Amino acid sequence: TEEMVAQAERLRGRFQGDPAAEYACAQINAEDAERWFGEGKEPVIKEEARLVATIEQIDRAVGIVPRGAFVKTPLGSVRENRNFEGLSLTEAKKLSSYFHFTEPVNVKNKTLLEKADLDPSTDFLDSLEHDIPPGSWTVQLEKGGTVVVLRSLLWLGLTFYHVPMTKQYGYIYFGTGEKNLDLPFML
Amino acid sequence: MDQSYALGLEPYQTQEPDSACQRYAGGQDPYQGSAGGHGPCQPHEPGYGLCRPGYSPYDDQIPDPKSRMLAIQNAKAYLLKSSTTSGLNLYDHLANMLTKILDEQPTNAVDIIENISKDVKWAQFQKKMDTLRDQHEILPTFEAAEKRKSLFLKADGGDEELEEETGETPLPNVMETAFYFEQAGIGLSKDESFHIFLALKKLISVQPIQTCRFWGKILGLEMNYIIAEVQYREGEEDAEVEEEEGTEEGGKGMGEVEDKDEEKEEDEPPKSTYKPPPVIPKEENGTGANKYVYFVCNEPGKPWVKLPPLTPAQIVCARKIKKFFTGRLDAPVVSFPPFPGNEANYLRAQIARISAGTHISPIGFYQFAEEEGDEEEEAEGGRDTYEENPDFQPLSVAEMVDSLSAWVHHGQSILRQGRCVWLNPFQKSEEEEEEEEEEEEEEEKAEKPDELQQETGPPLLTPVSEDEGIQNIPAWTAQPSTNLIPQYAVAVLQSNRWPGAYAFASGKKFGNIYFGWGHKYSPENHTPALPPPAQAEYPSGPEITETRDPTLAEELAFQAAREEASAAAEEEEEDVAEDDEEEEDD
Repeated sequence: TEEMVAQAERLRGRFQGDPAAEYACAQINAEDAERWFGEGKEPVIKEEARLVATIEQIDRAVGIVPRGAFVKTPLGSVRENRNFEGLSLTEAKKLSSYFHFTEPVNVKNKTLLEKADLDPSTDFLDSLEHDIPPGSWTVQLEKGGTVVVLRSLLWLGLTFYHVPMTKQYGYIYFGTGEKNLDLPFML
Repeated sequence: MDQSYALGLEPYQTQEPDSACQRYAGGQDPYQGSAGGHGPCQPHEPGYGLCRPGYSPYDDQIPDPKSRMLAIQNAKAYLLKSSTTSGLNLYDHLANMLTKILDEQPTNAVDIIENISKDVKWAQFQKKMDTLRDQHEILPTFEAAEKRKSLFLKADGGDEELEEETGETPLPNVMETAFYFEQAGIGLSKDESFHIFLALKKLISVQPIQTCRFWGKILGLEMNYIIAEVQYREGEEDAEVEEEEGTEEGGKGMGEVEDKDEEKEEDEPPKSTYKPPPVIPKEENGTGANKYVYFVCNEPGKPWVKLPPLTPAQIVCARKIKKFFTGRLDAPVVSFPPFPGNEANYLRAQIARISAGTHISPIGFYQFAEEEGDEEEEAEGGRDTYEENPDFQPLSVAEMVDSLSAWVHHGQSILRQGRCVWLNPFQKSEEEEEEEEEEEEEEEKAEKPDELQQETGPPLLTPVSEDEGIQNIPAWTAQPSTNLIPQYAVAVLQSNRWPGAYAFASGKKFGNIYFGWGHKYSPENHTPALPPPAQAEYPSGPEITETRDPTLAEELAFQAAREEASAAAEEEEEDVAEDDEEEEDD
């Protein structure tokens, strides 16, 4: 839920590993505290809630798919594209051929000129090119150029892989579950 | 003639020879005389040659020349007719095919005649002379494979090396270490581990190396780094050390020349009393933070590059900044405070910090070498060296996991100064170091612009349980690799201060490794240092004081007062002298 996500964003520090562990939120406004617990007790968040919220945040922020893997039918629903044959090698090296798999924010803001080039069935999601700050993705070819690997620098540990010219792609997260807020300093 | 036949021969275009035969009424048809009336044989049918009347090989009689000529022309016209779908005609195609067969003279031509026919047809669509040659596209995978190929080639003199390898090789068993880490869920793929193994082998054959270890992998923006930790054999480093000293002396010479130039200026702005803090000399190669030499490469198969030795200033600066590695060693590190060096130096500094903070081993594996006269050295900075304990008794995995005191650091920690062994930079020379050290410790309390206290760090081989955690988080997390099969489990430690550093122990074997981005963990956000306040240009004192310029009103008032004073002081000469002094002060 949105509340959980908002609460979890304020928490810092590592996960404990115990789903029932509780955190005390120290930075909540006085108003919020009164709203939730009229008794004056400090609100606590269970770790499992924090975990769920973090997963949701990660998916929303950096869950990506290659262009063409999903198509939008004229009726508006989004389906997996069974004819997706994979990106070509040159396309796979470009950031613009990967999209965020969430509600698009920027698609409607593009100029008409750009929109003319787009194919409405496949280009209905936000591309990675306009992520803030620019450069928050690294693109590398591994294994002799057969696998392209994208790593997110905003959520350190999110790795996306794709084998060009095949249908294989996917992303996975290994890490501490913390957003990298120092990113602008690090680039 | 052709046109009429074109019209009449249209039925032949269809795939039904029988019906075509029926409809073909007029015109002389040399083929209609075929036996059985089943229609003229098509060229692809086996009995073709035999169906044609008058052309049988057994017929010696020459029929009527006129009709024969006409028949030939009809046949040729038919053959020359182009098909509507492909634009070819049978005559040309047959001619080409026969030419090709006669040119190439393949064996069993009759069996492969369909393929020949197909090839000839396909050849129609290819341009024979093309100014643009189609460049054979080299797949990037092919290029990458070529690079790695050199790894797989055996070096020359492989037989000779086999004899030496039975002894101790500096080559670490990367696959074994990878296996143990894989039990814990950490590591690279088997392919990559093996490539790294081969790359290390190549490194050893090139450089005179005593011990070598795969240190880990640091990820970067464009490319990653694979890092090997190496110790040279004794006596091999002299050449490089001399080169570096030469450049340093050259630098000092330049500095002296510049100072002389400044003194020649006539108008001297007040000399600043700013003396840059003394440069702390780096540690000798082979000791302290520079104990190991590190080689990096971007991918196995690429040549190994040696990282330069470390200076304390670089460590101090690296602690304050947090930057991603780009993957190119010559990239500048743009940061504040400005990092002295490029990415190679920053990488070296981070490697040193990680090694100092996270290289641990089971207790008892290393012990101090027994030397006489150790007591004096202990006061300075602790023991430097350790050696393997031949009587090492490994603890059980459960014990390794339960208590963190079963692990000790064998990487020397780096002091705040940036070195492992504290050095007072105000020493006059190195020769006097031993004599003066005791005296200087007493003199530290005397007045000096910068007082430095001797920094001590935790001595070598301290147990890991004494590591400070960050806030509530302990410095290390210990786990057995599997809870289900305790007899074969491996004890695994993860560092929380440097996420990505792992250590394992199983029986007599242990190892450390690092996979990550190369940054320390901090729960708070990174705040870069603010620039220091602007310094005063010159010290304020009685001689030179900076004051505000007087305003117009003040100047006029002063002038009026002066005139009065000068009028009053015409008789007194002493006052005039004082006024002159006041004027000069303005």
